[in-house]
Amino acid sequence: MALQEKDLLRAYRLMSTIRQFESRVDTEFQQGNIPGFVHDYSGQEAVATGACMHLTKDDYVGSTHRGHGHCIAKGCDIKGMMAEIMGRSTGLCRGKGGSMHIADINQGMLGANAIVGGAPPLAIGAALSAKTLGTKNVSLSFTGDGGSNQGTVFESMNLAVVLQLPTIFMFENNGYGEHTAAKYAVGSGDIAGRAAGFGMPAKRVDGLDFFAVYDAVGEAVERARSGGGPSAIEASAVRFGGHFIGDPQLYRGEGEHERNRRDNDCIKIFSKKVISEKMLKKSQLNSVDKEIAQLIDTAVEEGLSAPWPSAEELLTDVYSNY
Amino acid sequence: MPIKSIRQAINETLKNEMRRDSTIVVIGEDVAGGAGSDGIDDAAGGVFGVTKGLVGEFGRERVIDTPITEAGFIGMAAGAACTGLRPVVELMFVDFIGVCFDQVFNQTAKFRYMFGGKSETPLVIRSMVGAGIGAAAQHSHMLHPLLASVPGLKVALPSNAYDAKGLLLTAIRDNDPVIFLEHKLLYDMKCEVPDEDYLIPFGQAAFTREGDDITLVSMSNMVLNCNQVADNLAKDGINADVIDLRTVSPIDEGAVLESVEVSGRLLIVDEASERCSMASEISSIVAEKAFKSLRAPIAKVTAPHTPVPFTPTLEKLYVPSVERIEQAARMTLEA
Repeated sequence: MALQEKDLLRAYRLMSTIRQFESRVDTEFQQGNIPGFVHDYSGQEAVATGACMHLTKDDYVGSTHRGHGHCIAKGCDIKGMMAEIMGRSTGLCRGKGGSMHIADINQGMLGANAIVGGAPPLAIGAALSAKTLGTKNVSLSFTGDGGSNQGTVFESMNLAVVLQLPTIFMFENNGYGEHTAAKYAVGSGDIAGRAAGFGMPAKRVDGLDFFAVYDAVGEAVERARSGGGPSAIEASAVRFGGHFIGDPQLYRGEGEHERNRRDNDCIKIFSKKVISEKMLKKSQLNSVDKEIAQLIDTAVEEGLSAPWPSAEELLTDVYSNY
Repeated sequence: MPIKSIRQAINETLKNEMRRDSTIVVIGEDVAGGAGSDGIDDAAGGVFGVTKGLVGEFGRERVIDTPITEAGFIGMAAGAACTGLRPVVELMFVDFIGVCFDQVFNQTAKFRYMFGGKSETPLVIRSMVGAGIGAAAQHSHMLHPLLASVPGLKVALPSNAYDAKGLLLTAIRDNDPVIFLEHKLLYDMKCEVPDEDYLIPFGQAAFTREGDDITLVSMSNMVLNCNQVADNLAKDGINADVIDLRTVSPIDEGAVLESVEVSGRLLIVDEASERCSMASEISSIVAEKAFKSLRAPIAKVTAPHTPVPFTPTLEKLYVPSVERIEQAARMTLEA
């Protein structure tokens, strides 16, 4: 699974897109251009990217309330996403879903999900479709350390093993479920170990290391595609921001925030490695950053000038017929 | 025409539809039974034998026995429904919706709206409802009003084998999630059921008795009691419309209003507890839209605001009886 230059550039492009998208969402939110509330994925880019780079458009991903990164890594349209988060009619879900429900089934994105532990049942359903229809597609669910304690997640892991479904349980342990530490809320402290208890291969990887995530998910996807059933991966990650944008983060220890930004930035770690090992040039990364900045500027401009959904839209899309 | 029970009608419809469409799968606890055991395959075929024989014809790939984890497998079925399958999932008793309601009302029912109309969820959840066999509080509830209150769900509850087939065909071929509620006392009720396919559109009530003097509205098992009451009244020269709603989401308001405009007298019978029941819903619709046609106060006969009791003497009091319904009808006629 040696990564070519184009793969590395793609990885960087996805991670840079997520980081810049989230940073801009933060700004737009502070300026009152985004209704509701928003959960920032910044800091965890290597996990979404390392995982989704193994998936095709026809594979399915189920996500969390912190879902923008997963959507971007799965190939959702950036402009459609920004417009959706702004509640505009040009949004991916015509403004009816918002940040916590961004979805694009045609892109294999089963949706961000505002119910913690929401993705695994749906993702194993997509895996059941793949298995029954013989498509060789796989599904992958993202679940946080908080979600890892939900009954639906345990039930899904058991079902996936019982039915030998082609699915990957991707746990992102960013250390906090809302405002409470994972080391308090995860009883055994070992999410991968619990998954292994259900009878599937389970691994723990450093989620700050894109390459580690990429390798682990690659192996799991390969296993699922070839009929070897489900796997679980626990990636330790770092949530740069709060639970939501505006969270005062009183649960953080002294210097934790600065330390994370300085030492635990997965994009910095990636960049340092690919430059020092001469896999990519700094100039290449810079030009990706610039290109993405422009794309996001355009997405924001177009989003802000897009129309709000019309009043009739309130009543449509509940049923296909009624 | 062949005579079939509701059990047979549902079983046959599932078989025929699975033959027609290979994306239909049946999922649930013991829908076949015997998985992983030393005994026979298809050891259950559903706890009341409704799915008997399916696994023999379609195999375990399409007749999927699950562990007892309703949230997990209903959620799985919802995910499968969005991604190419048309699952018919069995929630053994509707009371168990408690452990999986999030999958039903927060996920399944909301997908299409949240996704801006860009998804379809062709999922049927079959489940058993109703009191009458001493199954007690956690296996006897009528929860159709709760389910009918959820935008995004459709809810069908047949009262006879003919409707069971036509409504189930519509449910399976529909692209929205449908809750299909089977009353456990009705499985052996028989009537003429054609072998060929026919669809009964949702939101189209049936008149099981016709008359101009009073309108009786009900659904599921209570239709049988209303028919009995109508027959009793007919002996005294009183003619009742008996309206079987057949689906409670959507509701055939037109049928109810038209009947009340003629009769001016309305009695609604619902096996659900009174508060926020279909009885209160129909009552509200008629009070708003046909108030001037009413010649007597709207009457309701429902279960009381209690859990379903176990002991036969109390269970009998819980379910609206022919006597209670007839008494309420006569009071309405005299008012």
